[in-house]
Amino acid sequence: MSSLIKYIIRFALFILVQVFVLDRIHLHQMITPYIYFLFLIWLPFNMGRTQQMLIAFLLGFTLDSFHHQPGFHSAACVLIAYVRPFLINILIPQEGADTNYNEPSFTSMGGILPYMVFISVITFIHHAWLFFLEAWQFGNIWYFLVKTLLSTVLSLLLIIITEMLFVRKQKFRTNTV
Amino acid sequence: MRNIFLFIRRYFNFILFLLLQGFSIYLIVHYSRYHNAVFSKTTNQLTGKINEQYNKVQYYFQLKKTNDSLVTANKKLYDKLKADFALPDTSSNILVDSIKVDSMERYRKYEYYPAKVVYNSVAAQNNFIVINRGAAQNIKDGMGIIDPNMGVVGIVTDVSKDFAVVMSLLHKDSHISGKLLKTGETGTLSWDGKTPGIISLTGIPKNVKVAKGDTIISSGFSTSIPKGMLIGIIEEVKADKSSGIFLIKFKAAANFYNLEYVYAIENKQADNIKTILEKVKQKTQ
Repeated sequence: MSSLIKYIIRFALFILVQVFVLDRIHLHQMITPYIYFLFLIWLPFNMGRTQQMLIAFLLGFTLDSFHHQPGFHSAACVLIAYVRPFLINILIPQEGADTNYNEPSFTSMGGILPYMVFISVITFIHHAWLFFLEAWQFGNIWYFLVKTLLSTVLSLLLIIITEMLFVRKQKFRTNTV
Repeated sequence: MRNIFLFIRRYFNFILFLLLQGFSIYLIVHYSRYHNAVFSKTTNQLTGKINEQYNKVQYYFQLKKTNDSLVTANKKLYDKLKADFALPDTSSNILVDSIKVDSMERYRKYEYYPAKVVYNSVAAQNNFIVINRGAAQNIKDGMGIIDPNMGVVGIVTDVSKDFAVVMSLLHKDSHISGKLLKTGETGTLSWDGKTPGIISLTGIPKNVKVAKGDTIISSGFSTSIPKGMLIGIIEEVKADKSSGIFLIKFKAAANFYNLEYVYAIENKQADNIKTILEKVKQKTQ
């Protein structure tokens, strides 16, 4: 299957799952998990940063259209797409390891720990920025902090389950840098 | 000049990042402008179609609840039937009608349109509902929406061809006026963005007798919602120390979690009222 079609199907699936399954979960009436940005985490290493940000904006804007509130998810997605390459550079174990595999995953990031740190930081940044933009209009700091932390934990749990359920086969491409 | 181009090329990603962030925040701040934009009509139509497909499946899981609420709504209507009330016998009175105007003829002020909810959110800080009735089916901006048991749900903010977006009471910009059923004082509703279903009412002065369990109804001041629709039941009354008003929290009458059918209310005199108000504005200016 061509990778473009794969990404388009992924995009649609993540948006649909987010809108029709996860958005209907309201734990304690305030925690809603988000996993659709896993699409951005799973983008290939070698994609240009400009493209990444544009795709992130498109992803966020699509979800925003379903929520009828433009801007919130687009802003959060663009932020994580901007931060992502920096994080990969810091966390990848050795120089050039990102050319061996196609996309970030447990194997390609060299073990469980770096990848866990990677998804945790991305999830936290996404949630913090999203809820900050929402809370900014209401102005309630404690509510914002608690909501961010609890939602991050729940989202991370779901992301890990998703990673375990849908194991992506990572081909070892080359060992020459 | 060359340096500027070099600068842009060097920091292109950062500039693009700032641009996209800026655009997103612009959309958040001026979201009402987004609702007027042309592409919002298209996205509404598109997301509405997808939501409707999903709703076709999800609808079956709620059939029992929907049925129950429709039965109670029906019962209320039966109770209002004229045929169920005995009239005093007036047939022996001979009345001479001296008025030329036919006062028996009534004209319709409000018309109700049933609609199905295809998308509903409660957990966000600003919540919207989408109904499967749009401009082609007589829905206009600013129409009020109630649930089958006459609980106020919200006001239409955006209309596409077949769908309409409703700003529910659980939205920070939703400021409908509410009225205490007992004493008649009016205040403004606002939502703090925390618990769905718990809304606050401000503007009730401290000298009014308010108690837990009192009913709040719509005031009928706006052209959207007629007077006397249920808004909620008071849960908590607190006196604000810094001012002369109560801080009242109440439970919304409409259950926002399982909305299935709603009614859109068209005020046939809305245009009439609007033209008068505009005339007054022009005169005072």
